[in-house]
Amino acid sequence: MTFAGWTLIFVFIALIIALAKPSGALLFRLYDSRPLPLEAGLFRLAGTGPREQSWVGYAVAVLAFNIAGIALLFAILKLQGGLPLNPQGFEGVESWLAFNTAVSFVTNTNWQNYGGETTLSHFSQMVGLTVQNFLSAATGIAVAFAFIRAFARSSVATLGNFWVDMTRVTLYLLLPACAILTVVYVAMGVPQTLAASVTATTVEGTQQVIALGPVASQLAIKMLGTNGGGFFNVNSAHPFENPTALANFLQMLSIFVLGAGLTLTFGKAVGNLRQGWTILAAMLGLFLIGVTVTYWAEAAGNPIHQALGIAGGNMEGKEVRFGIAATALFAVVTTAASCGAVIGMHDSFMPLGGLVTMFNMQLGEVIVGGVGAGFYGILIYAILAVFIAGLMVGRTPEYIGKKIEAREMKLAVIAIAVLPLFILGLTALASVTEAGLAGPLAGGPHGFSEILYAYSSAVGNNGSAFGGLTGNTPFYNITLAIGMFVGRFGVILPALAIAGGLVAKRRQPEGPGSFPTTGALWVGLLAAIILIVGGLTFLPALALGPIADHFQVAAGMLL
Amino acid sequence: MLSEIRNAIRPAIVLLLLLAAILGLAYPLAMTGIAQVAMPFRANGSMIRENDRIVGSALIGQNFAQSRYFHPRPSAAGENGYDAGASAASNLAPGSQALRDDIDASMRAQGLTGPSVPADLVTSSASGLDPHISPEAAFAQAARVAAARNLPVDQVRQRVTDATEMPLLGFLGEPRVNVLLINRHLDEIPANSTR
Repeated sequence: MTFAGWTLIFVFIALIIALAKPSGALLFRLYDSRPLPLEAGLFRLAGTGPREQSWVGYAVAVLAFNIAGIALLFAILKLQGGLPLNPQGFEGVESWLAFNTAVSFVTNTNWQNYGGETTLSHFSQMVGLTVQNFLSAATGIAVAFAFIRAFARSSVATLGNFWVDMTRVTLYLLLPACAILTVVYVAMGVPQTLAASVTATTVEGTQQVIALGPVASQLAIKMLGTNGGGFFNVNSAHPFENPTALANFLQMLSIFVLGAGLTLTFGKAVGNLRQGWTILAAMLGLFLIGVTVTYWAEAAGNPIHQALGIAGGNMEGKEVRFGIAATALFAVVTTAASCGAVIGMHDSFMPLGGLVTMFNMQLGEVIVGGVGAGFYGILIYAILAVFIAGLMVGRTPEYIGKKIEAREMKLAVIAIAVLPLFILGLTALASVTEAGLAGPLAGGPHGFSEILYAYSSAVGNNGSAFGGLTGNTPFYNITLAIGMFVGRFGVILPALAIAGGLVAKRRQPEGPGSFPTTGALWVGLLAAIILIVGGLTFLPALALGPIADHFQVAAGMLL
Repeated sequence: MLSEIRNAIRPAIVLLLLLAAILGLAYPLAMTGIAQVAMPFRANGSMIRENDRIVGSALIGQNFAQSRYFHPRPSAAGENGYDAGASAASNLAPGSQALRDDIDASMRAQGLTGPSVPADLVTSSASGLDPHISPEAAFAQAARVAAARNLPVDQVRQRVTDATEMPLLGFLGEPRVNVLLINRHLDEIPANSTR
């Protein structure tokens, strides 16, 4: 570990804290704004108005919009052979792969069972994937808005209007921000062209076909919307998708900026910014632990290779311009935030480095988290935490003045249980079936890690992979798609149901008997609950995968 | 419930198609237009030309096998490495026998022995297209390059020092040498010249 490496990590955290306030204020204006220009016409055309929706109405709108999105994306991928902007002349995508990809991008997962530059036309990348990058991010933020209203409002029946929230976030935040980011990325060297490739004659006289495309415009939303689906096969490790260390730093900031801001949007909406800062503190505390472990593991390097005479840390699957510190930091950012973009190959990480990335996803990506999803995710943990605190001191639990009762607890447990149920269930299925066992590249515990990582990533809606796994088979295309769908809507629906119950409750003023949900004690409690729930559910599986792998590598065992 | 579903169908379809047109066509096409007009070199992949011939991209690594050139890192992209139409990594596990064998073979092929072989020189990158090597990896090749070109080793080492890009602000990025660029500079040295 180097001084420069730690400087990078702490400058990054400091900038996220500094950016959280303006970002939260910007989001608050959209959360709470009067009608904005152009939208009236748009809503007239769509046959809807700004009329507020109950939680059922909101949830139905979310589902209808997302299912329509899956259908549209599936159709585009199947039909790309006959659609315009297809300079490479790619055929339609195979059905199961198209299905997997459609679910993947609509659920903000962006798991990729295909290589972008070898499978998809520009039309598919633009009208198919880029569109869903925007809309899945906007869906997440909209649901977070509805969840915030559950606490900010008192004794009403409605949570806002999904069409209004989603459209505003898309057109007045994501689109202009991405337009600016695109120009900045191009200035740093990211291509933006409709040409498919250029053929170079190298210095030594061979031919090199260099794939190109409208990369920058997709990169901008891929990061800001915590989507993570790369234009190229190797994602943000590709020099065109991440040409410099500065571009890389900007990408990491854009992954976290909206998620961190939402905590303060929440604080502002409930009239106490400290409520927001407290949530952010719990997130960043957990984050720092993860970064420290991963950075240490990667910098310490591989004893098997060091025995051959290799100096320094683990550079397999890493780029020289980023080095070990930035690659470790990025890996923790992208898995904490449900982004799933990568600049280094997690499969080639040291076992403990890979463990952190996996565990981040298994915790439900609540450490800043995917845009919107991370926020309502951590608030569900907060509900669990006040309930446990209430049991300990013998008081009726309440959070932000809202009583937490049996209905809330049941729904919160459903939302929390979806993850382990589907991650571990599908991993178990793949580990005992022939079709599942055909996937891993590695043998032994690392092969199991590849399977466990895949379902953690899918159900957690992350999208990064232990890339050794061959996922483009009917078995994996189907089971991963199921995992992604349930992981997304199996949390959104209980979250909205909780919100619908809470918004109808009276908000009680804080009294001397209220359990304080700000300050260091609460930060510690919330972080501990997250770690304990995650640890208890996943430690056995992690022991079979990365932990066993760690001891094998330490002992110099090869497979 | 039924009325909610009925109410959602039209906005779902209309907004999806409208937003798809804005986000999927207008946005990327407008961005392409701006980028092509304002920054054509970068928007088209930072291609390096020599007499109207494209020799490669300044951002993308390419194969060098001759001993008079600095060699890039091992690459898993495409069959022969550095296939810039099929970026890929090895994805081999830290405990993989195959990875250990690859590293061992790479060390033998380059005549490298421990104890301090630069890690990047014998491991494959994440993209398979890494344009850089570390300065240590370049210094480790300096004697071979100098011998093949009949140049003093010190002159080649000086070239490496000159070509080394340092981290921005001291912490963004790593010290690195762009293999394509330093090799092109080497080709510009007249035969038997001394500095």
